[in-house]
Amino acid sequence: MRDALRRDDRVFLMGEDVGRYGGCFAVSLGLLEEFGPERIRDTPLSEAAFVGAGIGAAIAGMRPIVEIMTVNFSLLALDQILNNAATLRHMSGGQVGVPLVIRMTTGAGRQLAAQHSHSLEGWYAHIPGLKILAPATLEDARGMLWTALEDPDPVLIFEHGSLYNDRGTIAADAGPVEIGHAALRRPGSDVTLVCYGGTLPATMAAAATLAAQGVDAEVVDLRTLRPLDEETIFASVRRTHRCVVVDEGWRSGSLSAEISARLVEQCFFDLDAPVERVCSAEVPMPYARHLEEAALPREETIVAAARRTVG
Amino acid sequence: MTTRADGAAPEDPRVGLLREMTRMRLFEERCVELYSAAKIRGFLHVGIGEEAVAVGVSAALAPADPVVSTYREHGHALARGVPMDSLMAEMYGRATGCSGGRGGSMHLFDADRRFYGGNAIVAGGLPLAIGLALADAMRGTGAVTTCFFGDGAYAEGEFHECANLAALWHLPVVLACENNLYAMGTAIERAQAETDLALRASSYGMAAWAVDGMDVVAVAEAARRAVDHVRGGGGPVFLELRTYRFRAHSMYDPERYRDKAEVERWRERDPIDALVARLLEEGALDEAALERIRADALAEVDRSVESAEAAPLEPVEELTRHVYAEQGGRS
Ligand SMILES: Cc1ncc(C[n+]2csc(CCOP(=O)(O)OP(=O)(O)O)c2C)c(N)n1
Repeated sequence: MRDALRRDDRVFLMGEDVGRYGGCFAVSLGLLEEFGPERIRDTPLSEAAFVGAGIGAAIAGMRPIVEIMTVNFSLLALDQILNNAATLRHMSGGQVGVPLVIRMTTGAGRQLAAQHSHSLEGWYAHIPGLKILAPATLEDARGMLWTALEDPDPVLIFEHGSLYNDRGTIAADAGPVEIGHAALRRPGSDVTLVCYGGTLPATMAAAATLAAQGVDAEVVDLRTLRPLDEETIFASVRRTHRCVVVDEGWRSGSLSAEISARLVEQCFFDLDAPVERVCSAEVPMPYARHLEEAALPREETIVAAARRTVG
Repeated sequence: MTTRADGAAPEDPRVGLLREMTRMRLFEERCVELYSAAKIRGFLHVGIGEEAVAVGVSAALAPADPVVSTYREHGHALARGVPMDSLMAEMYGRATGCSGGRGGSMHLFDADRRFYGGNAIVAGGLPLAIGLALADAMRGTGAVTTCFFGDGAYAEGEFHECANLAALWHLPVVLACENNLYAMGTAIERAQAETDLALRASSYGMAAWAVDGMDVVAVAEAARRAVDHVRGGGGPVFLELRTYRFRAHSMYDPERYRDKAEVERWRERDPIDALVARLLEEGALDEAALERIRADALAEVDRSVESAEAAPLEPVEELTRHVYAEQGGRS
């Protein structure tokens, strides 16, 4: 973000407690001191108003980054995101574009209970007119923002809460990340594990465990949920003939449902086993640790699903 | 004042308020310790410093009056009579907790006591309160709903939509705004174009007044007046309760946005200390009685921790319960 603010003076950051407080996950710590309150703009608790304002400012030529604390609160701004950001270009016959970036936290795992834990990025990926990103690594978190700011359309970036603790150095030459493509995080020949965002660590761990058991898993990190890079998924499944989709959203009507439907439509004859899905239990996320753990996709459940596909 | 069976002098009603505030303070102080000890997880928001609001407003309510609250609701729940044991068990995520371990600190519920949460979406409880009040109005029960929310919530559209509906439909509701001057790290003057919240609320056509939220007696009186006004058919009331939280917003908050001197100044107005001083001075309380109040509250907190420690976890097989109504469940 610092980079982006330095590079382009049309860029500004707006959201609740992004300035004085330092960002609720300390993401924007220090930015207020460097760029001042005009560009690091604290907003009142008014999600619909400030997201809508971001849309307006984008139309007028600015490059706003709007931060919503979590996906749960984005629902208060859903009207603006869906009825304005996603639709203005089409409704206006191509006259009005919305070059806006919205960042928000998503996901569970920190015992925050139902109103702070859901993974709703799959819902947003349902909406034409939006681009939906879900970085799973530090390089992606940084590089995708760069690319998103250059995009002429609204881009929503979903950052999984459990990834904020990742800290590391990024190569000095790390640059923009192409946002249209999935990444192969681990090559393998026996089964494809498709995941994204917060489920990458558990999926990689599962792949390692599977390797120890003699199952060679390939891990595909989607990175972009809309538009979906189906070519990478299909190519992988055509090699491995088996697929497990890991998705922290609920199974019913989820992104995992979309991927598995597309596999059935386009790779049916390449499949040697039914597509497996590892999703969150169909409950609002509970607070108690043991219940939350039981509700979420985790290494063991991914391993078990992969083993079922290889018989 | 009631005459006691043992013939002793009747207790000053303010002593009851002190007892409730003491329970709340000691419960929350223990919760902070338990959080540091990783016994309680998730987000924990305590209302230390704001006790007079929870206790004073609750004192004006009848058992059948619904209450809707926020994520900073331990005190509202306690003052409404939700047993401390079931609250502590919920903080621990146990099966015996008031929400069966599924809610945690931010989602305390006790429908039998008409305590409807525990809402962690800022301003999210307001529409519920409007609906509860609407139902009671339609059924003519005479109950008055109270909704607690913060000054931050006042900036949300939901607040304004609800204020309009409450006034338009003349609903039996008290909108109890806990103005502690901050919404997380955002000071009220940086979030509200006009910081006189009662003034703005009155523009919706409802009674609205501001109260010193550090003085439990003043809060209790104002709340009594508000509830009488609503029950008497006067329509909704907006109460701005001017208070302060002594602690950080939540256990995660590094508190970079306000200086220690400001917090210290407010601590001098500690609502519990202030009431104690007043009661001692007036002779309505002596040191021994004060000590007993503290010891009783401490013992109650200790018991609640012991029982939470010993309480069972909800079996994992029950994970998917309570998503839909069950046989014998509530409709
Ligand atoms: C809709 C929504 N936006 C943002 C948040 C994050 N958040 C939780 S509490 C809080 C501050 C609320 O302040 P206020 O209403 O004054 O209540 P207080 O915490 O001071 O009691 C914020 C921003 C949220 N929970 N819900």
